[in-house]
Amino acid sequence: MNAVVDSSRRQFLKSTATLAAGLTISLYMPLAARRAFAQGAPKAALDPNAFVHIGSDDSVTVLLKHSEMGQGVWTTLPLILAEELDCDWTQVRVEHAPALPAYAHTAFGMQMTGGSTSTWESYDQMRRAGAMARAMLVSAAAQRWKVKPEDCKVENGVITHADQHLRYGEVAEAAAKLPAPADVTLKNAKDFARIGKGAKRLDTPLKISGRAEFGIDVKRPDMFVAMVARPPVFGAKLKTFDATKAKAIAGVVDVVQVPSGVAVIAKHTWAAKQGRDALVADWDLGAGASLSSAKLLEDYRKLAATPGAVAKTAGDAAAKLKAGKPITAEYSVPFLAHAPMEPLNCTVEISKDGCDIWTGTQFQTVDQMAAAQILGMKPEQVRIHTTFLGGGFGRRANPTSDFVTEAVQVAKASGKTVKVQWTREDDIHGGYYRPMWLSAMQASLGKDGYPEAWSHTVVGQSILAGTPFAAMMVKDGIDATSVEGAADVPYLAAIPDHRVELHSPTSPITVLWWRSVGHSHTAFVTESFIDELAAAAKIDPLAYRQKLLAKSPEHLAVLNRAAEAFGWGKPLPKGHAAGLAVHESFGTIVAQVAEVSVEEGKPRVHRVVCAIDPGLVVNPDGVRAQMESGIVYGLSAALFGAITLKDGKVEQSNFHNYPALRLAQMPHIEVVLAGSDRKMGGAGEPGTPPIAPAVGNALFALTGKRLRSLPFRLA
Amino acid sequence: MKLLVNGKEHEIDAPADMPLLWALRDLVGLTGTKFGCGMAQCGACTVHLDGQPIRSCVMPASAVAGKAITTIEGLSEDITHPVQKAWAELDVVQCGYCQSGQIMAAAALIKAKPKPTDADIDAAMSGNLCRCGTYQRIRAAVHRAAELASK
Repeated sequence: MNAVVDSSRRQFLKSTATLAAGLTISLYMPLAARRAFAQGAPKAALDPNAFVHIGSDDSVTVLLKHSEMGQGVWTTLPLILAEELDCDWTQVRVEHAPALPAYAHTAFGMQMTGGSTSTWESYDQMRRAGAMARAMLVSAAAQRWKVKPEDCKVENGVITHADQHLRYGEVAEAAAKLPAPADVTLKNAKDFARIGKGAKRLDTPLKISGRAEFGIDVKRPDMFVAMVARPPVFGAKLKTFDATKAKAIAGVVDVVQVPSGVAVIAKHTWAAKQGRDALVADWDLGAGASLSSAKLLEDYRKLAATPGAVAKTAGDAAAKLKAGKPITAEYSVPFLAHAPMEPLNCTVEISKDGCDIWTGTQFQTVDQMAAAQILGMKPEQVRIHTTFLGGGFGRRANPTSDFVTEAVQVAKASGKTVKVQWTREDDIHGGYYRPMWLSAMQASLGKDGYPEAWSHTVVGQSILAGTPFAAMMVKDGIDATSVEGAADVPYLAAIPDHRVELHSPTSPITVLWWRSVGHSHTAFVTESFIDELAAAAKIDPLAYRQKLLAKSPEHLAVLNRAAEAFGWGKPLPKGHAAGLAVHESFGTIVAQVAEVSVEEGKPRVHRVVCAIDPGLVVNPDGVRAQMESGIVYGLSAALFGAITLKDGKVEQSNFHNYPALRLAQMPHIEVVLAGSDRKMGGAGEPGTPPIAPAVGNALFALTGKRLRSLPFRLA
Repeated sequence: MKLLVNGKEHEIDAPADMPLLWALRDLVGLTGTKFGCGMAQCGACTVHLDGQPIRSCVMPASAVAGKAITTIEGLSEDITHPVQKAWAELDVVQCGYCQSGQIMAAAALIKAKPKPTDADIDAAMSGNLCRCGTYQRIRAAVHRAAELASK
């Protein structure tokens, strides 16, 4: 029996369908319209948005509202739609959708990609779009044959009744003229042919032939390329500039001042770079000139010793700790740059009636509104063309739309169509870092060796204060993202007296979410500290966690799967040791066991076994790939990653001094898919938090040395 | 100057110090070769010069005028090079931005070493960074490509 779903009773989305030529299904999110556009949002019936278009040539074009940055939505979301559509998978093509209200995130109310949410938030929407399209195509065929739709069968985009058959392409136009069904029948999970099995990536042919278009590849008629000279320290203000030498560089056509600096505009990228190198600019450095990350850490240390905003409290941790002999530890992690392989860029073309923007962005609605404000246009006059992203990791989701607004300003000031291109140095120097974090930990153990009291004081910059997201996410001085994974770590359920406090110092250094956000520091701290307690109690780290997670069976299950798959407890080669970590983030539980040795005084990670429970696994190989990806991203940071400031300047500039993991350093990664009936979580970020503590715990087991700061340094 | 790219001649007007990377991307119009660092640290700009892998971001176009340059676009007519086939078989790519460079480096490797060992792969491919972490699949795909090429 198929499940009948009544549109109007869906919890988090309302839908109406409208049709246009070919067959398009549109779903309108009233919540999105309210939040994304203050006024003038088109009504549902007139909204031309579409999720799937079937051509008379049987092609099935899926319009993808999420940004493909490697995480695989380009394949996974069409897969979900195709499950219900019953089309020929080989006919599926994908395009990024335009920036329109119909493409708003069903939970967040604006068009954006992030928070490891794309699969679960689009799951119902894609299924319904596919099912509605199927129903309309079948109705059209049934009408042509003068039979009942329920007597028709569909397989691979072909509708059959008795000995008659019609391809989807043959009825697409007729189907478009039919009213959309009010009720739609979705498949039973036991009948899934695609969801749970997955499919090969649809973007592979483009990406292995050099044909995939990234933002950096965009070419427009009469387009120029610009590079911007930006403040040398955070908060510096431009005093004067002399463009004479810059303009003398062959190919340079203009030099204009914009709020973020001075843009050198040229016929091609090399000339823009040479021109900017020749630009003379004088800056009023300001307070930012004395910024030092080492000094900031000292300030954080002092702050940690004072009362902070209370994020979580139970019992009386302070009293309990004072009365006992607490174990104390200070953990710290540095600022981090995202460093996606494709340096930031944005192309802007302003015309009389609007503005077209080409870039790889995770934040279409925010960018659209920021651009519209600068240009004095309505948001719908700003058309965002999302290209493939050469890595996002959160950098391309900026509440300030920094790289987009800058390009709009350059185009506006120069009157030209411009691509603003960043160099790698611009990227590493450009701020919007994962904040530096300090954690002061205290715990006292009972006679059985298990924690009775736990105190965790977090110090670090809020990424959301001062942004429109603050209203939602910063309450009573607590930025939820600063303490995620600390205030809600499952161990606290087993520790009657506990307290988590937060200090949110400010500085001119711009900060932003970085893959796994707050979990990128809280997992390292909590999973390392728990390991310290286990060691103090002389209890095996796995057994210690198993006891503490007795009331969290889902975490326990994932931890056990990883430990079992690794062979925890079995002898390892001489000079090798293992460490483990379990952490939940973005609705998904991940446990990792890392096997390490030390080579030439440096940690070497040989093997990582990773178990993941994201609830439903839609695309198994996609989840595996995201675990591999998240682990490498986190491991790069744990072994090498640090952005440091001295005398206001960022000391790193490119991959020679901001290194990333290379192929020769890659551990062997095994992923255990431990899907369950849990509510669906994400996969893009959850692989990152556990790797640093798993490796740190392994290094402790190997050397007896507890490493409490990243990147790991053994000497 | 004349650049010979993928078997075709292109007359371009470039300053003497313009790297081949930018000549290819902005003047010849082939954007498959990517910019990642500008200082031969990431390998995204890898092309073949007379069959050998080079980092085009630090190679002046003027230095290679008239020599045979192969870019990702010229590796095969229809993504049928053994490396491309292996990449597709194993779903190597994620964001894909580094992959032109990875594929060009891998293609040069299996030409020079038809049966590359893991150590050969480490040496030949460690200059190509991937921030998405596809290295495990790259390694497996290089082995697979060598297998396909030997058939």
